Amino acid sequence: MKVHEYQAKEILRRYGVPTPRGIVADNAEDARKAAEQLGGRVVVKAQIHAGGRGKGGGVKLAKTADEAAELTQKMIGWTLVTHQTGPEGRVVNKVLIEEALNIDKELYLGITLDRKLGCPVVMASKQGGMEIEEVAERDPDAIYRVPIDAVLGPQPFQARAIAYALGLEGDANKKCVDFMQKLVRCYIETDASLAEINPLLVTKEGDVLALDCKLNFDDNAMFRHKDFLELRDLNEEDPLEVEASKFGLNYIKLDGNVGCMVNGAGLAMGTMDIIKLAGGEPANFLDVGGGASAEQVKNAFRIILSDKNVKAILINIFGGIMRGDRIAEGVVSASREVGLPVPVVVRLEGTNVELGKKILADSGLPLITADGMWDAATKVVAAAQGK
Amino acid sequence: MSIWADKNTRVVVQGITGKEGTFHAIQCRDYGTKVIGGVTPGKGGTTHEGFPVFNTVREAREKEGADCSLIFVPPPFAADAIMESADAGVELIICITEGIPVNDMVKAHDFLKKSNARRVANGENPSRLIGPNCPGIITPDQAKIGIMPGHIHKAGPIGIVSRSGTLTYEAVGQLTKRGIGQSTAVGIGGDPLPGTNFVDCLAAFEADPATEAIIMIGEIGGTAEEEGAAFVKANVKKPVVAFIAGQTAPPGRRMGHAGAIISGGKGTAEEKMAALTAAGIHVVKAPSAMGEKIEEVWSRK
Repeated sequence: MKVHEYQAKEILRRYGVPTPRGIVADNAEDARKAAEQLGGRVVVKAQIHAGGRGKGGGVKLAKTADEAAELTQKMIGWTLVTHQTGPEGRVVNKVLIEEALNIDKELYLGITLDRKLGCPVVMASKQGGMEIEEVAERDPDAIYRVPIDAVLGPQPFQARAIAYALGLEGDANKKCVDFMQKLVRCYIETDASLAEINPLLVTKEGDVLALDCKLNFDDNAMFRHKDFLELRDLNEEDPLEVEASKFGLNYIKLDGNVGCMVNGAGLAMGTMDIIKLAGGEPANFLDVGGGASAEQVKNAFRIILSDKNVKAILINIFGGIMRGDRIAEGVVSASREVGLPVPVVVRLEGTNVELGKKILADSGLPLITADGMWDAATKVVAAAQGK
Repeated sequence: MSIWADKNTRVVVQGITGKEGTFHAIQCRDYGTKVIGGVTPGKGGTTHEGFPVFNTVREAREKEGADCSLIFVPPPFAADAIMESADAGVELIICITEGIPVNDMVKAHDFLKKSNARRVANGENPSRLIGPNCPGIITPDQAKIGIMPGHIHKAGPIGIVSRSGTLTYEAVGQLTKRGIGQSTAVGIGGDPLPGTNFVDCLAAFEADPATEAIIMIGEIGGTAEEEGAAFVKANVKKPVVAFIAGQTAPPGRRMGHAGAIISGGKGTAEEKMAALTAAGIHVVKAPSAMGEKIEEVWSRK
């Protein structure tokens, strides 16, 4: 799960991680008051989940409270396009009004899972304000990495090593050591999957603060962070994906016109791949889960069909322990209920598959049966092209 | 022969009184697997569907000689179940549970590492974890320890290792249709921190006299396929066929499996396929071509 910058900073503050003073606003008047409270000279930051906001024009300096109000007026309701939003961009609904600070250094600090080591790893770089992926590609030695012990957590010597690697001496070094230890504690205790401070700011006064912050959380750990659920911003998500998640369906909208309904994530990806190889473009990723009950198939149909680009649907179910005839019955009853405005190709595998095919054929519905994935893919691509 | 699981493997099911645990314990027993019982804390001493129930894994090991555990415990308690099995000295731990928090798995891996070091120092066997978020392991006609459909399998010479459950079934289905059997099929699971990886499975298949060729099924995300490729290049003489799912997946989106996400130009299907090809592995672009390709490269030898 992703959260906004202002929400991430509230969480950081709970762990004592220093951040600039800031107030969130959704209208010009509140922005003016916030700016006045913060001393007039502020930064107005558009709150969307995607990165690259600065380059897209979503982060602006205001010298006065009036200017902050003006900028907010322009930003609220505006569609901000960055390299991470895609061409459609994201509508800005809130801005963060933050005190403007005297920048001495902009550094980078990030924490994420190291799959190879099986533990969190802290990454630090002197090249703050840039994307870490770019730094990693251009100059991999510029990133200093420290693995964190799963049980012991961060040790002071590790934090010192990072502060020195960032070129910090004296007071700033001590403040960075404190910052990093608190940030790692926040990462572990909130079940974060990513904590990125970019830039990590050192002010001319020698303070160390999180100027920007990205926090992502492990969806699987939400059962112990029920308070985070209210931080979810549905405006940032595709409405169809939100709808699908209510039914336990894993749906991701894509740009093509061949709808896919598949059981299992790997097979669903494989089905998208084979549609492309057959000359088509998948309209979505959709994993109906292991069961593929009539109810699930029906919900999946509704969601796939609400994408107006879909010209044909491929149902690819490897029955596993579920019987093929049961799945066929599910598909038939769901098709009857939903109605089928586009051709549907069904590929079934598993026990009683012959009986399943017979049920599909006898249903009188315009269901096209297929043998194997390649046959299914070529048939559905032809159907989508109106052949 | 086979790898890790055979007709002598004695399985205890953790979470046997739950819906999933009950259903699959019966399915595994019906296939011929030696399911010696189950564990549900608080229900020890009772019998469930003909299975004796124990309070602890240690008790199941001491009384019934369990050397393998099959875990259906819900996500909040699953890492604890893994550690309990390791502590009891169970050699093969198969965790089916999907949705375990990464932090819990970080701790479970750390526990396993330390527990295994102690066991090896004592001259005992270490524990191997398969999964989590996986379909399990099957050695056709001997033991099915997991949730895969047993009837599609056939005993034979092809070893399969896969990050995806249903794609494993797809590969098995294609082989069996061609009359080609499988030595062992292992689903290593879709999580970012799997207990057993491609390299472990490839090494075991290379050493297994019953395995003559290998199918490896990967997907986008991480670098496990690249590590597998390097291992094959250096150590595997048997022919290997590979498929990578997610060639058309957009970057930055999680495709169902927590492990299946491309980020920062790492873990794309393209990079993985190039690494596998460079290692002399026969990479197929279409998932429907796995069986055909195995037949081609395996009968050639």
